[in-house]
Amino acid sequence: MTELLNTLYVQTQGSYLRLEHDTLKLDIEGKTAAQIPLHHLGGLVVFGNVLLSPFLLHRCAEDGRSVVWLSQNGRFKARLSAPTSGNVLLRRAQHATLDCPERTLQLARRMVAGKLQNARTVLLRAAREASSPESEGTLRGAAALHAQAILGLPRLRYLDEVRGAEGDAAGAYFAAFNAMIRTQKADFTFTGRSRRPPRDRVNALLSFLYGMLRNECASALEGVGLDPQVGFLHALRPGRPTLALDLMEELRAPLADRFALTLINLGQIKPQDFTSRPGGAVELNETGRKTVITAYQKRKQETLTHPLLKKPVPVGLIPHVQARLLARHLRGDLLEYPPFFYR
Amino acid sequence: MTTTKTPSPSSPDDPVPISALQHYLYCPRQCALIHVEQTFEENLYTLRGRRVHEQAHESGGEVVAGVRLERALPLYSESLGLIGKADVVEFLPDGAPYPVEYKAGARKKRNADDVQLCAQAMCLEEMLGVSIPEGSLFYDRSKRRRVVAFTEALRETVQSAVQRVRELFEEATLPAPPADERCKACSLLDACMPYEVQHLHQRGVPDPFTVEDA
Repeated sequence: MTELLNTLYVQTQGSYLRLEHDTLKLDIEGKTAAQIPLHHLGGLVVFGNVLLSPFLLHRCAEDGRSVVWLSQNGRFKARLSAPTSGNVLLRRAQHATLDCPERTLQLARRMVAGKLQNARTVLLRAAREASSPESEGTLRGAAALHAQAILGLPRLRYLDEVRGAEGDAAGAYFAAFNAMIRTQKADFTFTGRSRRPPRDRVNALLSFLYGMLRNECASALEGVGLDPQVGFLHALRPGRPTLALDLMEELRAPLADRFALTLINLGQIKPQDFTSRPGGAVELNETGRKTVITAYQKRKQETLTHPLLKKPVPVGLIPHVQARLLARHLRGDLLEYPPFFYR
Repeated sequence: MTTTKTPSPSSPDDPVPISALQHYLYCPRQCALIHVEQTFEENLYTLRGRRVHEQAHESGGEVVAGVRLERALPLYSESLGLIGKADVVEFLPDGAPYPVEYKAGARKKRNADDVQLCAQAMCLEEMLGVSIPEGSLFYDRSKRRRVVAFTEALRETVQSAVQRVRELFEEATLPAPPADERCKACSLLDACMPYEVQHLHQRGVPDPFTVEDA
């Protein structure tokens, strides 16, 4: 397993990252503001106008360190792709699976089962900690719907039915989401999922975290040699990382939603960490992003017991473990794909 | 030794890397993970190994006490279908080549290192048209050399290993994990998941379509 090393996030505009021997130097206005031995870093994420020297890029490509460029607001723009791109037989198997409707259906059912299981666990946990009997009832109701949907999945015969079941469950989940917010309720009211742009603080936070998780899923898939664009549950569309979205589904509730709720409920994130734009869009501002990234980096180092490996795995490595299990399934080493279960 | 075979770009029998022989003899699944699945995991052992090899590979050639050293010498044998690189080949004053392979750890129980060195010698024999009776393994931990005699039996082990590796590459599947004492010392332990995969092979993957009581 790749060692979980720190990801360096750079959002200071106009900064310049370069390589000096085995050390990364961060220059701001011509002065070296930080230097980090490269072997401490697992990847780089840069926001907006941040420059990287060609030699630093070469070295990251050689070592398999990820480099991701985001817009200043955190929207994914590009990723560094190294020359060795894994096993062509694996990518063949990935495409062959997609060409077989029965195998695609099986895989999609298992991915959705993983998503619903984990969403249900998050709902039930929140129900146990609920701030009012009404909230608890709402959350238990949504969890019961998830249980029904899980039991119904094996009967579904078409991919669109599986997508439909997933969509229905997601509707129930987000309808109950507000009941999971226990503190700062006036400032953090979830008014249904809104994207492009997010229209409240909770949505802004969720979108930012989903973006980070999506990058990590895409990197993890590339790390095992899978094509992040060739997914099974999500419909193929040019430019869309559908396999990264597939892998993300089972991880959204435990790794992103639960984390967002912790930030809100423990008061780690505040209303002033967000900026409202004319017309209703809400975004995390620079201090807000800093708070979220710092907490997220810490969260990635914490461990969860992987139900299959039966040992503690750092949260940040869970996408990598799942990507590897998926690759193994596609190549026939594992008969079925085992989704991650959050307990 | 002369070569008669013409290399062809479309030849189905691509050369086998000498390193694959060593991996195969340690564990066929390890060999398939590295050479078929293209898995590579850096850990303490591989990093140490890399450092030792980087030292061994620093320059191309030099002369020490009448012995010419060739470092990182490319090797091939068309008759065996092997390619590789020798850490160091010493050319004695009479011109006789003597391969030396650098190893990071201590001497291992299995004969994989001996096979690797012998395969290097067999390549050199074909490349230079000479016969090479022995070579040495240098263990970085003990700083000692161990002489390996290239016996008929060892040469046969090399040949049969090449054959089995070629079959593994053609089949291009992952052999089942051994899940034995080898796994503990393996650099690919985390990528291989030997115990978990063995467990899943025996009991199947957990059913995700059941629910536990709330």
